[in-house]
Amino acid sequence: MLVVKNIHKSFGDAEVLKGISTTFEPGKTSLVIGQSGSGKTVFIKCMIGLHDPEGGSIEFDNRVFNKLKESEKREIRKEIGMVFQGSALYDSMTVEENVMFPLKMFAQNTKQEMLKRVNFVLDRVNLSGSNDKYPSELSGGMKKRVAIARAIVMKPKYLFCDEPNSGLDPQTAIVIDNLIREITREYNIITVINSHDMNSVMEIGDKIIFLKDGVKAWEGTKEDIFKTDNEAVVNFVYSSNLYKKVREVFLKDN
Amino acid sequence: MNNIEHIGKYFLMLLDVFKKPQKWNVFWDLLLREIDDLGLKSLGITVFIGFFVGGVVAIQTALNVDSPFIPKYLIGFATKRSMILEFAPTFISVILAGKVGSYITSSIGTMRVTEQIDALEIMGINSINYLVLPKVVAVLLFYPVLVVLAMFLGILGGWVAGVLTDLFFTEDYIMGIQLEFNPYFVRYAIIKTLVFAFVIVTVASYHGHKVSGGALEVGRASTKAVVWTSVVIVFLNYFLTQMLLG
Repeated sequence: MLVVKNIHKSFGDAEVLKGISTTFEPGKTSLVIGQSGSGKTVFIKCMIGLHDPEGGSIEFDNRVFNKLKESEKREIRKEIGMVFQGSALYDSMTVEENVMFPLKMFAQNTKQEMLKRVNFVLDRVNLSGSNDKYPSELSGGMKKRVAIARAIVMKPKYLFCDEPNSGLDPQTAIVIDNLIREITREYNIITVINSHDMNSVMEIGDKIIFLKDGVKAWEGTKEDIFKTDNEAVVNFVYSSNLYKKVREVFLKDN
Repeated sequence: MNNIEHIGKYFLMLLDVFKKPQKWNVFWDLLLREIDDLGLKSLGITVFIGFFVGGVVAIQTALNVDSPFIPKYLIGFATKRSMILEFAPTFISVILAGKVGSYITSSIGTMRVTEQIDALEIMGINSINYLVLPKVVAVLLFYPVLVVLAMFLGILGGWVAGVLTDLFFTEDYIMGIQLEFNPYFVRYAIIKTLVFAFVIVTVASYHGHKVSGGALEVGRASTKAVVWTSVVIVFLNYFLTQMLLG
């Protein structure tokens, strides 16, 4: 269980996170949504330790992450997989080397065992046979899949994804969403996704957290989001005519 | 951020650089790659500059020695001393500050803005140690070789220039370069080179690692890194010369 309690974070005079609390469960994909500037990225960066919150706590299975020493944090980080918005693949490495990198750094396996694991995860993200390609030779969707493969190669307990669908066409975005959901359920991972994409919310949002001006304004499931009368959520999620119609149809049918 | 704060952060970065590598076999792989990137790929420019600077020093000395009371072997002597004491270690280091320093800052800076450094840190890797230590070791091992090569080629370039311009005889030049050879001067040059090599890598890495923003900031950081590295090299050159030769 990942428990966030009363997180505060400021940059200068600007208070970006104003006391956010929530929990994330294994086997479920949780989406953090909100307008640009609402604090989503800062929230996720606080959880993974790229920012230090000024107040509150982040507990990874009862280990208070933000109170640990740097060396102790590194141990928890080995259990975290992260998919970045821009994939963050190492340009000088091939797909195989990128995915093998965490294993080379932390695993005690032989080269053969590592290669077997790399091929397994590449197959899992439907990228078999792309081992020798460099990131510059890959499409946006392929880069995201390599990033997912690298994130799961160490069998993480926690998976964080920052805008995994940004810059992808709708079809590829659905493939990535489904892949993340399948992996989350298959390996019983705690998955937290930072997203703007309402398709993702509707498709894979086992839990949805809506941030507004650094505050958790709403929390619920994808089913709840149709029924909510929270004005801020309705205005954000149903900002397009298409989703307004979808909501009307849903409410009429139910 | 003011300059004092930058200096403080630079020294704090050094504390992270000199930690034990997390995986030795990964470190050795990186070290070999850095020797190739930062050392072997600087061989061409070092050979070119060393040879021609030696030639220029020999020609200028020859043209300025027009008194019959000044022996011609002084041309070889002056070329040798200039190359060993100053031109090879300092001139080559300033050139490498431009070539290698900007490469380091832009590559680390690009890794920073494309979140590759964040990816390292989230994996639990000390990014500064992982990225900078192999570079520091690579230049400390290889730059003395480059500078000694530049000394040799500079002296050779001086002789070639003399032969081609008929400004002095080979015998005089050889007598000059054999005159009063002091091995301490070579040691002094190598000590300077090691200090300069360390400055080139660490100052450039510091500027790359703290980049935030996009391509424009990476470009600005590269320029800043080259300027500051050159300033520090010139400054340290003065103090090291005073300390070691004064």
